[in-house]
Amino acid sequence: MKRQGDGRRMRVWTRYFNQERIVFALTVLLLILFALTLPKFLAPSNLLSLVRSVAVLGILGLGMLVVVLGRGIDLSLVATMAISVAWSLQLAASGLSVASAMGIGLLLALGMSLVTGILIAYAEIPSLFATLAMATFVYGFGRAHLITGTDVVYLPPNIGMLAGLGQGALFGIPMPIVVAAVVALIAYLFLRYTKPGRFIYAIGDNLASARIGGVPVRPILVAQYVIAGGIAFVAGLVTATSAEAMNTRVVNSNMIYDVILVVVLGGVGLSGGRGNVRNVIVGALLIGVLMNGMTIMDVQYTIQNVIKSLILLLAIVVDSILNPRDEQTGQQGDI
Amino acid sequence: MKTMHRLALAATAFVGIAAAAIGAARADDMNDPYRQPALDALKGKSIVYLPISIGFDLAQAWGGVVKTEAERYGMKFKSQDPNWNTGAMAQGLTSLIAEKPDVIVTQNPDLQSLARLLKQANAAGIVVIQMNMQGAVQTDAFVGPDFIAMGEQAAKMVVAKCGKGTETSHKVSIVQGVLTGGVSYYQVQGIKKVFEANPEIKVVSSQAADWDASKARAITETVLQQNPDLCGVIDVWDGQGVGTGAAIKQAGKQDQVYFVTSGGGAQSMCDRLADGTFSAAINYDAPGMGRDAFTAISAVLQAKQKAGTMKFQLYSPTRVMTKADVKAGTCWDPEQYAKLLR
Repeated sequence: MKRQGDGRRMRVWTRYFNQERIVFALTVLLLILFALTLPKFLAPSNLLSLVRSVAVLGILGLGMLVVVLGRGIDLSLVATMAISVAWSLQLAASGLSVASAMGIGLLLALGMSLVTGILIAYAEIPSLFATLAMATFVYGFGRAHLITGTDVVYLPPNIGMLAGLGQGALFGIPMPIVVAAVVALIAYLFLRYTKPGRFIYAIGDNLASARIGGVPVRPILVAQYVIAGGIAFVAGLVTATSAEAMNTRVVNSNMIYDVILVVVLGGVGLSGGRGNVRNVIVGALLIGVLMNGMTIMDVQYTIQNVIKSLILLLAIVVDSILNPRDEQTGQQGDI
Repeated sequence: MKTMHRLALAATAFVGIAAAAIGAARADDMNDPYRQPALDALKGKSIVYLPISIGFDLAQAWGGVVKTEAERYGMKFKSQDPNWNTGAMAQGLTSLIAEKPDVIVTQNPDLQSLARLLKQANAAGIVVIQMNMQGAVQTDAFVGPDFIAMGEQAAKMVVAKCGKGTETSHKVSIVQGVLTGGVSYYQVQGIKKVFEANPEIKVVSSQAADWDASKARAITETVLQQNPDLCGVIDVWDGQGVGTGAAIKQAGKQDQVYFVTSGGGAQSMCDRLADGTFSAAINYDAPGMGRDAFTAISAVLQAKQKAGTMKFQLYSPTRVMTKADVKAGTCWDPEQYAKLLR
């Protein structure tokens, strides 16, 4: 009898410590460690720059969240972001008004992700392959036909007010953080309180039963990718206006894996239907604390990558010990 | 009769003189015995251009100039774009060695990756010109600035603003590119040498931004948070320096932080000097490097020796620029060269 009670208590304890909470605890632990060892780490200005440094990653993570919840994955997010925004900047530099240049760039981002969505929802190509192919296509097409000069497009001088998106501040809070917060709020409200938002969870949980239940599965799938594409464009604008350039080479970097890292680290299940905006925020915060601390300690980025991946492995190992796979994930696999 | 005779004589003399004159003129035409051999040494030869990527200003200028000159002399010019992928570059080089063009113009992504292949290419009789980033092997020619000297120069400029006798924090930050990339590696060597001789300078950060402006911005933002009294920043390339400068500007410290960078003098460099993002920039004139590269090709082909026999370093002239030097047409437009390569 006693042993049984112990087991139950143990199970309650482990259930409390899901991945999100483990990662959050890890973040707090690192915060305390850095606060004790690094001078000025807890200064408000440093904390703001810490959050700011992961704002773009967070925004992209939210786009990825919308897709992953429906048991998909979007590997073309970074390509869409880079090419659509770089094209917008180039159009603005060549004399088009900023508003129409941005509009055209946004249309490109939405159009490309619409194609992706149709490939996945109607042609039933697995999202992994469809978005991998689209990422290469978007980048290749963009570099061959749209961005014809250098692969880094600098912010044109006529950009005006829009530069505030990356450089300005609202009540002392840098704009990238504000933008990330607004996107997070909209994503939260959308996923929690709108019908399509709930449908995404239903599809991610069990596509067949969602369809039987009357959910318009295919249009919702397409909408997921289009939303992600739109969010990618916003993330690109923040990147370009804060660094004063859009570097299309990011497509070749491991940024897309960082985006997945943020999402998975926070505890969003790649098998769909499990996770929310809070998970992405927690994941992004951990990465932010880590990167900021390591930059202060003057750790080279190659070693930063090693540490980052070790932390991810640690989080996953701890999660799989505390929350062993159930029958369902065993049958479906993770993606 | 006598007059007739005299007339005939005069006529003959006239014709003779005229013929001689015309003959002389024709001989004049033939009289540059050096031109034809030089043209023959170049004509029909093939050049393959394989930089790290054709998508950035420097590579566009080098390739554009070399292509223009190559076509002027009836040479074949082909370019390959590995798009920042070292693996693709090594693969391209391997197949080029089999293909055996006369000349390869390339650029090393780092010190080691291509070193062995470049040696093989030389051994196969292909002339190899290395641009900007020299690998761990010397081939026919290296064309690029003396990066160690340039690092020293940049460091001395910073020492003048932040060193002994100045009322500053003496704190300096270095933004590197890729740790093992020649441009970054050798500049940092030069920078360190000068800073060691000036022990009052405190290097508070020396990190690699991977040639990426966004990373450079994030690194510099954090460095400025930790060291609000920072005095100087050196970035090893203006392409990523845009981000470093943006961080300084956004922290509102443009008056306090002296920021030096270097690059090939594309329009973006002039723009950033004019708006105060860069305090000063060392310009190594990329189109000039293209000219140097073609000069090297021309010299080696005319010398008609085995590839890799003559080995020389062609260091590019550099020029320090500030806001005051920026005028219309001081910098060049990469698009103009990109068009040539497309």
